Amino acid sequence: MARLYSIDATEEANLGIAGCVSAAAGNPEVADIAKNPFRAEFALLANSPELVYLDSAATEQRPACVLDAQRRFYETMNANPLRGLYRLSIEATEAIARARAHAARFIGAPEADEVVFVRNASEALNLAAKGLAGICDLKPGDEVVISIMEHHSNLIPWQQLCRATGATLVYLRPEKGGDYVISGEEIEAKIGPKTRIVSIGQVSNVLGVENPVRAIAKRAHEMGAYVVVDGAQAVPHMAVDVRDLGADMYAFSAHKIMGPMGIGVLWGKREILEAMPPMLLGGEMIDWVSETEAAWAPIPEKFEAGTQDAAGAYALDAALTYVESIGMDNLVAREHALMRYLVTRMEELPYIEFMGSHDPARHHGAFSFNVAGIHPHDVSSLLDGYNVAIRAGHHCAQPLLTWLGGMGSSCRASIGVYNDKNDIDRLVEGLEGVWGMFHGTN
Amino acid sequence: MAPINPLYTPALMEHSSDPDYKYEMECATCTHEGVNPSCGDDLTLSLRINDKGVIEEAAWQGIGCAVSQASADMMSDLITGMDAHEARDLCEVFKRMARGEEKDPEVLEELGDAACLQSVARMPARVKCAELAWRTLGEMLDERKGTAAGK
Repeated sequence: MARLYSIDATEEANLGIAGCVSAAAGNPEVADIAKNPFRAEFALLANSPELVYLDSAATEQRPACVLDAQRRFYETMNANPLRGLYRLSIEATEAIARARAHAARFIGAPEADEVVFVRNASEALNLAAKGLAGICDLKPGDEVVISIMEHHSNLIPWQQLCRATGATLVYLRPEKGGDYVISGEEIEAKIGPKTRIVSIGQVSNVLGVENPVRAIAKRAHEMGAYVVVDGAQAVPHMAVDVRDLGADMYAFSAHKIMGPMGIGVLWGKREILEAMPPMLLGGEMIDWVSETEAAWAPIPEKFEAGTQDAAGAYALDAALTYVESIGMDNLVAREHALMRYLVTRMEELPYIEFMGSHDPARHHGAFSFNVAGIHPHDVSSLLDGYNVAIRAGHHCAQPLLTWLGGMGSSCRASIGVYNDKNDIDRLVEGLEGVWGMFHGTN
Repeated sequence: MAPINPLYTPALMEHSSDPDYKYEMECATCTHEGVNPSCGDDLTLSLRINDKGVIEEAAWQGIGCAVSQASADMMSDLITGMDAHEARDLCEVFKRMARGEEKDPEVLEELGDAACLQSVARMPARVKCAELAWRTLGEMLDERKGTAAGK
């Protein structure tokens, strides 16, 4: 008799996820950027040999095995998770549970139940802000500290919370120029006894710089404040351990680490999540409901009203498996080699204005720049003619771009493990062409 | 030959790198500022309109991308000598073109050089660059009409 679905859900799923392994795993050439053992594993890149994709900080490409996982969920496990009492629904439930445990493990979280699935890092940070607002009861005189480098997703929720409660929003600022590092003095000056919440991006999506999260968290905890970390730009580019960082809450998006769009993670310490009120109310998030009252389910379900993106969770599980098969150390080595080459080539172009450090080791994924006298939107639109995809604008960090001065926008090239030396050479060729167009040299 | 984005025609590059109407106008009868906050585009448009409602002079100043600047220059060229009502109507023609709603070559001919911005319709993020000057003109003429009606 044909088997419609696996009786042993764990075995079936494990086979599926175990299949999401890069063929380049263990390949000593992984860090050799002249070679590219990865590109063939990414359908979109493999099918577009001319495309130079340098916008991974906006969203990464996905390997075929992640797309296969998404499809396989619907073909082999599709049922509404959590509530069904039949095997198929149990499989769907288990797929979410395994993905949850994997996401927890990936960021060093001690318990799977502390991982809440949301749509993306933006939703995670909104949930964190709403939840901590419920716990902290902010008043005028209280302070919430973020940095000037925040993505709007880690800025507007706190800005509006402060506006609503009368609390003050305080900005940590890096040294302007140099390596754009937030100094110890700055941390001491801005985080103090009035600080109730600190929310900090681990890596800037514009400057690519890693912020001193450990030092910030240490100071915040000494002052009795909660620490939220926006890890959207860090998780794809470095090994993360939320306990080592000293985070109380940590957010990231699957789509920036080769997973699907539409699923993300908010990790929070159990006691904080348990104290937080739910944000969305409805199905799946209750313990019981009467005509006049309701009691919430335990965490994490308390925060996961409605049918969850189980296929997305399953595909995230696959994406994390894919990254682990390469090895985070190998991935970082390759990305650093790419960044060293990118910075070297950009230094050769006299009309390139760096936005951020000149030290490639300070750039985790993202590198922002301007072409002297040419608007970033023109640069990006014209590079498109060369099949080179980069981002241009304020990168959802308008206060940062305003603070940095100039045009209030920049070009940004950002890398993933599937990029190679040729991509950077093509970017430089494109930039030479753009410059020539505006200066009559071609 | 370098690959070219179809929007960046020689006419556009010419108007952006060597604009004819980018200067501060003396004795303008109306001036209006338009901005695209997310791009940093900032445009100030000045017109001198005579008693008969004819635009005798148009000039602009500001910062922005090549598309927004060239669009302002092409528009200034087109509306010089034109009746203000006619110019207001053209704002709508341009807007429809930039959104891909107007493709009739005979209608687009009314836009002169500015018709070369038609391909912006396929670049949603750049539509507001191309539209900035026209939006500013439309707002200015509506305001002028409102002021005149209030007199």
